[in-house]
Amino acid sequence: MTTDSKLPLLVETLTAQRDAFLSQWTRTVGEDLQGRLSLAELGRELGELYESILRALTGGDLDSHGENFAETRSLLIELSRNRARQGFTPTETARSVFSLKEVLEPTLTSDEKGAQQYLQFARLLDDLGLLTTEAYVRTREEIISAQAEQLLELSTPVVKLWDGVVGVPLVGTLDSARTQVVMEKLLQTLVDSDSTHAIIDITGVPTVDTQVAQHLLKTVVAARMMGAQCTISGIRPQIAQTIVALGIEFGDIPTNASLSDALRQALKEVAEDATEEIRGLL
Amino acid sequence: MRDYGAALASADTVSVADSSDVVSARQMVRTLAQRSGMSLVHQTKLVTAASELGRNMLVYGGGGVVRAATITEAERCGVYVEFEDRGPGIADIELALTDGWTSGSGMGLGLSGAKRLVDEFDISSGPDGTTVRILKWGR
Repeated sequence: MTTDSKLPLLVETLTAQRDAFLSQWTRTVGEDLQGRLSLAELGRELGELYESILRALTGGDLDSHGENFAETRSLLIELSRNRARQGFTPTETARSVFSLKEVLEPTLTSDEKGAQQYLQFARLLDDLGLLTTEAYVRTREEIISAQAEQLLELSTPVVKLWDGVVGVPLVGTLDSARTQVVMEKLLQTLVDSDSTHAIIDITGVPTVDTQVAQHLLKTVVAARMMGAQCTISGIRPQIAQTIVALGIEFGDIPTNASLSDALRQALKEVAEDATEEIRGLL
Repeated sequence: MRDYGAALASADTVSVADSSDVVSARQMVRTLAQRSGMSLVHQTKLVTAASELGRNMLVYGGGGVVRAATITEAERCGVYVEFEDRGPGIADIELALTDGWTSGSGMGLGLSGAKRLVDEFDISSGPDGTTVRILKWGR
């Protein structure tokens, strides 16, 4: 076999004993993963990886970040992503690469020349192993941020409390992103449900600082522009004292200690509106 | 304000680089306040002050470090919090402490409000950063 490889002996051995190495590698990794991945699938994955590493080695350069290893890298990233999604640990993922060392060690380290090439190859495998960990972490981060987004959607329901009255129970931290979602949902629900009253309940908001207050005020102003009456309920004693000490003024925005008070008030107003409408018709 | 620097030997630390870190800093302060047996009102005031100052640090100082520790004296117990950033500093501290004045888009109540929410407040600022130190005693 003609080759530019810096590790001719290694390439020769890897080519000659391909099947033996591959099946042992598959077996070793398979034991690690304890049957959570079928051996057939694993064999296919590792087979592709083995071939691409062999091709890269034949090309010469030993730099794991180099052109030669581009294919290996993308295979490894793919493998790490799958492992991360399937819930394997980072150790289990990295071991898929590192265990190739164990497989090759007995064969290659029997003479000095082989051992030398083995060490160089081991360093390369270390790099590739780190790459899998990095890709693994990146995938997990993607999953986490996707979940955070889903949570954002989930945690901001707008509910219809009565004919003409919608409620927004806020729970947790109110940052700019969430305020935006709340505001959009509230305004849309006001239109869709033909409501005239909205109650924003902040019982579940642990800290009301100036930023939260500013977000609340903006939401109320936007709802008012659409002709809806907006009340903020769920102002607990400690929150009231803090807001006063901070110097925040809610102006003419009606506030209530509890959601039930706010609802009672809203229902009264809805009823009054209805009577006036009937009088107008007569 | 007295120097409580010694208490920081056993301080908890949160570095603030984005708005979720402000939440972590807030939680750290809340835990300490609860541990020192503060009433709910005092807890809320302290946590709100920490939230304001933490966010100020992030928005105007480009992030920094929050350190907090409990302080125990003869008959009282309190929580000391320090906010340190390496931002451009505040040009006119007196103006910054005026209600309603803001150099950004906030309500202009954060700094002055935080000062009202705690028992002891100290701010020092220079071209290489700003440090705000606050202390709230239990009831």
